[in-house]
Amino acid sequence: MSDLYHVSSAPHVRAKDTTSRIMLYVIIAMLPASLFGIYNFGIRALLLILVTVASCVASEWIFNKIIHKKQTIGDLSAVVTGMILALNLPVNLPIWEAIVGGVFAIVIVKMLFGGLGQNFMNPALAARCFLLIAFAKDMTNFVTDTYTGATPLAAMRNGEAVNTMDMLIGRTAGTIGETSVIALIIGAIFMILMGVIDLRIPASYIVTFAVFMMLFGGHGVDANYITAQLCAGGLMFGAFFMATDYVTSPITPKGQILFGICCGIFTGIFRCFGANAEGVSFAIILSNILVPLLEKITVPNAFGVVKAKAAKGDK
Amino acid sequence: MNKYVERLYNGIIKENPTFVLMLGMCPTLAVTSSAINGLGMGLSTTVVLVFANLLISIFRKKIPNGVRIPAFIVIVASLVTIVEFLLKAYIPVLSESLGVYIPLIVVNCIILGRAESFASKNEPVISIFDGLGMGLGFTLGLTIIGLIREILGAGTIFDAPVLTNIGYTPMTIFIMAPGAFLVLAFLVAGMNIIRKKMEEKGKPLAKPSGCITGGDCANCASAAGCTSPEKKEN
Repeated sequence: MSDLYHVSSAPHVRAKDTTSRIMLYVIIAMLPASLFGIYNFGIRALLLILVTVASCVASEWIFNKIIHKKQTIGDLSAVVTGMILALNLPVNLPIWEAIVGGVFAIVIVKMLFGGLGQNFMNPALAARCFLLIAFAKDMTNFVTDTYTGATPLAAMRNGEAVNTMDMLIGRTAGTIGETSVIALIIGAIFMILMGVIDLRIPASYIVTFAVFMMLFGGHGVDANYITAQLCAGGLMFGAFFMATDYVTSPITPKGQILFGICCGIFTGIFRCFGANAEGVSFAIILSNILVPLLEKITVPNAFGVVKAKAAKGDK
Repeated sequence: MNKYVERLYNGIIKENPTFVLMLGMCPTLAVTSSAINGLGMGLSTTVVLVFANLLISIFRKKIPNGVRIPAFIVIVASLVTIVEFLLKAYIPVLSESLGVYIPLIVVNCIILGRAESFASKNEPVISIFDGLGMGLGFTLGLTIIGLIREILGAGTIFDAPVLTNIGYTPMTIFIMAPGAFLVLAFLVAGMNIIRKKMEEKGKPLAKPSGCITGGDCANCASAAGCTSPEKKEN
C-alpha cells in the first residue's frame, strides 16, 4: 500500500508500464515470427535481422550525438523498428541495402521529425516502402534455395491454386517474418494478454479487408479464397504489429476502428486493382497520414457535457 | 564591390532563387532527375531571364503601369518561344526530356519577380547582370540537385557511369518524384545551417518568402492577396 502514496501532484497512482517495457513486450511478441523466419530461410535471415536492428540503433545513437540530444536508444523503440523492418525484407536483400533502410527509418522518418512520438508515419514501414521503390528488383526477389516459386499472393493473382495449410504454418516464399500466420498469431495473443494492443485496429482491419475481398475480389463469398488472402502476404503482420503502432494510430477508440477500416479498404484496393500483388505497407502508411483527421472527427465528448447538436434539438 | 559583381553575387549566393528565396520550385522538383536536365533547364531559364530583364529595362518607361504585368508576360513568352524552338532545332534530346517545362518558363516566378522588382526600375546594363546572377544561381541550384539525384538514383554523373561500375545498385527512388523532395529538403536544411552561420557573422542572407519585390509593397501588383511574412501593413 505504501508505494501507492506519493507526495506530489497528480497522477498519484502509476502503472508500471514504461516505453521500454512496452517495446520489450513487442520485441518478445515478434520473436516467434523471427525464429520461424530464421528456421524457414536459414541463417542469413538472422544476419539480416541483426544488421537491420544494429543499423537502426546505431543511427539513432549517432543522430542524438550529432545534435547533442539526450540519448534515447534506451527506450528500445529503435530495436522494434529494426525488427519490424527486417521481418519485412526478403532474405536475399544485400546487406548494405538493409543498412540504408535502417538509417532511412530512424534518421529521416523518426528523428528528423522529433524522435519517438513525433513521427507521422511508421518508420519501419516508410523505410520498407522507400526500399521497395529504391531497390524494386532486390525487394521483390523472393527466390531462395527452398522456394523457387512465386509468393502465394502473386500466385493467387495469376489464378493459381495455393495451399492454405502451408501459408498458416509459413512454408511459403515471402519476407522473413510475414509467412507464418501461426507464429504471428502467437505473438499477437501475447501482446493482447499483456495489454500492449487491443483488438480494435486489427479486428476492424481484417474484417474490412475480408468484406472488401468478398465484394471486389472476383471470387464472391469463397471461404477458401478469403482465408488464403487473409493468410497471404503481410496482412497478419501488418494488422497486429504495424497498424497498431501507438505513435501512428489514433488514440480515440472510434478513431482506431475507422483507422482499421481505412487500412482494410486501402489494402483491398491495392491488392485488387494495384500494379503489385501486395499493398499492406502502402495501405498502412497512407492511413497513418489520415490519423490526425480521424482523431479530429472522433473527439469523444467530455463527461457531463451535452453534445452541441443535441442541445440545439432540445430547444 | 563593383555594383555589377555585386548583382552576380546577390543572385548566386545572397538571394539564390532555389535555396534562399525558394522560388521556381516547380521546375526545381520536376526536371532535376539528372544533372544534364538541371543544367539545361537552368541555362534556358538564364537566357530568358537575361533578355527579359534587358528588354523590360529598355521599355520600362514606355510600359504603362496598369498593364505592366501583361506586358512583361508578352515579352517573356516571346523569349521562351524562341528558346523552345532553338532547343528543338539544335538540342532535340534535351528538349524532349525537359518537355512541357520549357514553355512553362513563362510562368516561372523568378523571371516575373526580377522583372517586377528589378528590371522595371533599373538601367539595362545592370539589369542584364541581375538576370545573369539570378539565372546562374538558379542553374547552380538545379545542377546540384540534379547531380545528387543522378548519382544516387542512376549511379552516373552527366551520363558517365561512375558508381554502377563498382557494383552500386542505383536507388531508383531518387530519380522519381519522392527523391526530388528528399534531396531538396536536405539541401535546404544544409542551407539553413549556413544561414545561421552567416547571421552570426553579421552577413544575413535574404529571407525565404513569396515576396517578389524585396519588401516594396507599395509598388507591388499582388500586395492585396499577399501572405508573405514580410508584408507591410499600410
